[in-house]
Amino acid sequence: MFYSLISGAIPAFEHFGVFRFIFSAEWDPHPEAEQYGALSFITGTVLTSFLALVFCLPFSLPVALFTGEYFKGKKVASVISAVIDLLAGIPSIVYGLWGFYTLRPLIMDLGLSSQGFGILTASLVLAIMIIPYAASLSAEFISMVPRELKEGAYSLGATRLEVIRNVIFPASGSGIFASYILALGRALGETMAVTMLIGNTNNIPYSLGDTGNTMASVIANQFGEADGLKLSSLIAIGLLLFLITAIINFIGKLIMKKLS
Amino acid sequence: MNKLLIVILVLALAACGNSKKNKAGSTNAEDITLTGAGATFPLPYYNLAFKTYKDSTGVAVTYGGIGSGGGIRSLKDRIVDFAGSDAFLSDKEISEMPSQTIHIPTCLGAVVLAYNLPEVKDLKLTGEIIADIYLGKITNWKDPRIKAINTHASLPDKAIHAVYRSDGSGTTYVFSDYLSKVNETWATQVGTGKALKWPAGIAAKGNPGVAGTISQTEGAIGYIGSEYAFALKIPVALLQNQAGNYITPSTESISAAASTELPADTRTMITNSQAADAYPISCFTWIILYKEQAYNNHTLQQAEANIKLLHWMLSDAAQQLTTKVHYSPLPQTAKENAKLLLQSVTFNGAPLLK
Repeated sequence: MFYSLISGAIPAFEHFGVFRFIFSAEWDPHPEAEQYGALSFITGTVLTSFLALVFCLPFSLPVALFTGEYFKGKKVASVISAVIDLLAGIPSIVYGLWGFYTLRPLIMDLGLSSQGFGILTASLVLAIMIIPYAASLSAEFISMVPRELKEGAYSLGATRLEVIRNVIFPASGSGIFASYILALGRALGETMAVTMLIGNTNNIPYSLGDTGNTMASVIANQFGEADGLKLSSLIAIGLLLFLITAIINFIGKLIMKKLS
Repeated sequence: MNKLLIVILVLALAACGNSKKNKAGSTNAEDITLTGAGATFPLPYYNLAFKTYKDSTGVAVTYGGIGSGGGIRSLKDRIVDFAGSDAFLSDKEISEMPSQTIHIPTCLGAVVLAYNLPEVKDLKLTGEIIADIYLGKITNWKDPRIKAINTHASLPDKAIHAVYRSDGSGTTYVFSDYLSKVNETWATQVGTGKALKWPAGIAAKGNPGVAGTISQTEGAIGYIGSEYAFALKIPVALLQNQAGNYITPSTESISAAASTELPADTRTMITNSQAADAYPISCFTWIILYKEQAYNNHTLQQAEANIKLLHWMLSDAAQQLTTKVHYSPLPQTAKENAKLLLQSVTFNGAPLLK
């Protein structure tokens, strides 16, 4: 897979230069003067994914604490975690349609954006999509914190909040972190729902209401009719996406090692 | 275990029965399967036409709507019998094909401008105005230039959201070809192509994506394939043609666009047609095949079936099907030119169609 990506991407890199391809925001398929650069898609991908991570944090962490600590092993917890896990089973096209028919009019009514598409809409839907990944794995790690540690803290007179802050988070920190990296990876590669909501314009987004494009969605959109240099450029974007995901995972692992 | 055996036995018997029936029905034809791939624009028509063809002759034709680019790639690799395309091959592209090709027009379609303004009926537009909307120069429906030609309607004070195709598409090609013909700035700044560098607007994938975005966004306008718009019954704008008339897109006005002079190889864009009652963004869709049908392990039988199919596509029986799925039939000149082209197709130098 890696080999075919590289061999497919070589013509684009040769033609534009690796550096220029990555840092150029120009995407002009005009037959006589083709210009392809990945910067606008890289920013679109990174921006939506990290925003999604930020949006999902205040929802997934409480869910993880609820099911992994407060109501651990109780019926409520199992019902809630089942419902959250169900979110992971919903096909992304359904999320896209929900975003298109429900979230987009809402954003238009709130006056956040005049046509409702854009980075914000895409990030919000992405956030909901990655909650189950972040929440269920985090809950797993939180519930794995040894009982002795927690009981020790309680016996010293700590309140529940203090136990969570001073015992559970330090003990399961690297695991929780790993689950968020996994969620981020999922957000980076998400295609369908994002394509339906981001507006698909090939420019660098400067505000949350701006439309943009991500690496995955530009590939999904343009691969069918692409040939020659354009095809190679799209494959090169695929390669870059692959590398970005790998780098983020690598950084994640590094931080996890540091933490534990 | 017993049940399983019975199921297998029943299935086997059913299979035997089927093949017997086929053999009785037609001679040899069931051995031949033709494959084509390409443009998605004519897909509904091809599905209907090829099914009708199979019902009457027994020759199965499979057509994959993978996009014009993909279809031409497949033809180049000689893995399909023919390719479908909404844009004809340029001289340069023809020279890159491994051998000579011919273009057979199969039906006509158009690109229509759908809009979402609940209070406005029969919106009138000119090519200049459309170009300026997509160039980002006209941004509000109250623009004096739109008002001047729409005195019958009260235009709302709303922003215009221009919607375009995010995926490469023959529809985009036809639309931009028209804009390049009518607007100088468009021709130099944006040009013609299946994918463009759009100065303004938002994008959605495929006809369904664009149509969905328009119907969900008040003040939106966008271009979609006529067959899709007609089937959906979405409001579409009347366009001013070269003769100065405002024309509603319909099967008749689209066919009228091709009633002018055509080159012998049928490779021409009929956008901005001179005919007085022509809808200005009309287009042919073609099937492209090799002039010399003897290549790789392409058999004589298969080549003959291929030509017969295309000959049938030009017949009245096939052309009548076009309007059923909201396309327009070919005018007489186009059919005659195409038949002449088919007569030039050979197998090892011998003409296939007598």
